[in-house]
Amino acid sequence: MAFISSGYDPKEPMKNRITDIGPKKFDEFYPPVIAKNKGKWLYHEILEPGILVHVAEGGDEVYTVRCGGARIMTTSLIREICEIAEKHCDGYLRFTTRNNIEFMVDDKSKVDALKKDLAGRKFAGGSFKFPIGGTGAGITNIVHTQGWIHCHTPATDASGTVKATMDEVFSDFQNMRLPAPLRISMACCLNMCGAVHCSDIAILGYHRKPPMLDHEYLDKLCEIPLAIAACPTGAIKPTKVDLPSGETVKSVAVNNERCMFCGNCYTMCPSLPLADKDGDGIVLMAGGKVSNRISEPKFSKVVVAFLPNEVPRWPQMTDTIKKMIEAYAADAKKYERLGEWAERIGWERFFEKCELPFTHHLIDDFRDPAYYTWRQSTQFKF
Amino acid sequence: MMKHETPLLDQLESGPWPSFVSDLKAEAEKRAKNEENIEFQIPSDVVEDLLGVLELSFKDGTTHWKHGGIVGVFGYGGGVIGRYCDQPNAFPGVAHFHTMRVAQPGGKFYTTKYLKDLCDLWDLRGSGITNMHGSTGDIIFLGTTTPQLEEVFFELTHRMGQDLGGSGSNLRTPADCIGQARCEYACYDTQALCYDLTMEYQDELHRPAFPYKFKFKFDGCPNGCVASIARADMSFIGTWKDDIKIDQEAVAAYVGGEFPSNAGAHAGRDWGAFDIQKEVVDLCPTNCMKYEGGKLEINNRECVRCMHCINVMPRALKIGDDKGLSILVGAKAPILDGAQMGSLLVPFIKCEEPYDEIKEVIEKVWDWWMEEGKNRERLGELIKRQGFQKLLEMTEIDPDPRMVSEPRSNPYIFWKEEEVEGGWDRDINEFRKHHLR
Repeated sequence: MAFISSGYDPKEPMKNRITDIGPKKFDEFYPPVIAKNKGKWLYHEILEPGILVHVAEGGDEVYTVRCGGARIMTTSLIREICEIAEKHCDGYLRFTTRNNIEFMVDDKSKVDALKKDLAGRKFAGGSFKFPIGGTGAGITNIVHTQGWIHCHTPATDASGTVKATMDEVFSDFQNMRLPAPLRISMACCLNMCGAVHCSDIAILGYHRKPPMLDHEYLDKLCEIPLAIAACPTGAIKPTKVDLPSGETVKSVAVNNERCMFCGNCYTMCPSLPLADKDGDGIVLMAGGKVSNRISEPKFSKVVVAFLPNEVPRWPQMTDTIKKMIEAYAADAKKYERLGEWAERIGWERFFEKCELPFTHHLIDDFRDPAYYTWRQSTQFKF
Repeated sequence: MMKHETPLLDQLESGPWPSFVSDLKAEAEKRAKNEENIEFQIPSDVVEDLLGVLELSFKDGTTHWKHGGIVGVFGYGGGVIGRYCDQPNAFPGVAHFHTMRVAQPGGKFYTTKYLKDLCDLWDLRGSGITNMHGSTGDIIFLGTTTPQLEEVFFELTHRMGQDLGGSGSNLRTPADCIGQARCEYACYDTQALCYDLTMEYQDELHRPAFPYKFKFKFDGCPNGCVASIARADMSFIGTWKDDIKIDQEAVAAYVGGEFPSNAGAHAGRDWGAFDIQKEVVDLCPTNCMKYEGGKLEINNRECVRCMHCINVMPRALKIGDDKGLSILVGAKAPILDGAQMGSLLVPFIKCEEPYDEIKEVIEKVWDWWMEEGKNRERLGELIKRQGFQKLLEMTEIDPDPRMVSEPRSNPYIFWKEEEVEGGWDRDINEFRKHHLR
């Protein structure tokens, strides 16, 4: 392969350089019906799972067909999305915050052909390319992180856990039978690039072993004071270590009992890796939300402290998620989010109804926030 | 024929949900055939090697990506994330596999022309693999080699009028909800504000000068579709001050079953006939509504604008006319000091170009955080460490009961010397004249 120059000249990097131009302006990409009616929308309705209509003051309508998708996608798939958008939507489309793809048409008569086209497209392995759904009181696409496919700190895979979960809850992607929307999110380590800490159900990759110490390289690769300062529990201190070669090097010592396995030290210092086949796995959290609707936004709570990484389909994880969803679907009131339901019935009932064991790991012991989660009352349920 | 056996990953091809494995395999085959004779600027078997290394991770239960690495484009400190494989001999195609963050347009609307131009660029100079989109909102180009970084940047800026996003200790690419583009709830133009602030703060976005990452997110209403309240150091959430507008005829149509409640969101189950008392009035968090004699009344002064009644009857209830936004600060995920939700700093501010009032708040917050924030300390952690009162002092915003869910229950008030009459210097000898030792 011959190197193809774009015009960039490494000898003169500043020549013709364009910087700080930002993203494309949003309104260059508005479909005409959106451009015309922006700020003038009257109401919307979900006509069926995955199909929305928005009606404007002047009577214009836009019909949206929402499809789920794996967030990691190839240019071939994007080209196929473009082909669909050109065929049905005059070359416009959008993505949602939860990585769904939305195809919009300005007339109801165009919806059926679009739906049929989307539903008929499948991958060679048999899965849908563009399943329609993800609206209303159901489950929409899972926002997630990179996992083993591209990240240096994950405790699990992201795309794999998400595929396994979405396969299991697929009927609720294409249905709206739940009491309220149920948002599942996934983050492959405590860094939580996926911000799963406020989701109805959260899948969280977690490490359980303190970092290993690569003494021979530590001082060469890392700023020791930064690694020490990075530890939120003060578990790391400087030390000197005698290598087998007889050389004495500067390094660090870790107080393992204080380690909460956050991996922050590893982020600052590559010589402190903590990933491990047996140590790593999944934490499940539940009951969070970001909406202000009825009750205030809530954090997700840890409901399963650890499940192993059972590749490739994480069956214990998906079974537990399904159990929670079914208990919620059967017991919650209309409009009640999973966390609101848990608070109404009480967490003691939540564990009972979801058939989840309550273990000592679920009692908070991290700093001040812990105190506010202990019960200071005799009001409890047997 | 794939370069590597992937028995574990192959099991992720079945099932209804779109399989990333199938997608990647098809891409690998396409690159191997290369029917369009593209002069790939990075190894053509990059996708096969990515599948190979992922299979190895499934087998080993750990990642095989090395820690970071300093790469980027000239003059920027963010936008590119270095990534190297720790098994380069087995998977040479992904030995160097850097990420580029491409700043996404507001609301994530696209034309196919633009997307196809991106695809052409990424097929030629990268792996052909993307994230649509990353968690922060950017378009993610996944996997290229160091010599291609400047080339990709040059083509993005010169041919597409398109910039990179943020990474590292800087302003991360701001992200917004769909807003007024297609939502009747949006209380301000999220895209316009997001774009304006993104352009205003390009320097902060591309040249890390902050203690740690800083995120702006823009929600058009309290429903919070971009989750700003949970993940943005500064959340801009649309709201209004005046009365919810009621169309009593439309209310009657909901009660009569002509319009589906909650915009049809509950159609998957028979919940029985719509009961306005039970489903709207009784669920109002402030009990500020009543439905009597076929008429819905709202005591708007007591309303906290939770959106529930509007969500249930979007054709009958509309947000008010006196619109603006609330600014909340300090949300973050748990690392390092535990999760924090955004705290209300500005209850209401008008959202009007050129947004000077909003920028004034932002810049005062930044001045304080850049002066006082420790390395890797998020704004929310600084607010906890130095106190909300310090934040008010630095931003020159007056205290307001809206900022707390309750006043303090401990009386350990840190009075300042200037707040106490006569100050703190006293004369012990004067004191002793009246108080024996």
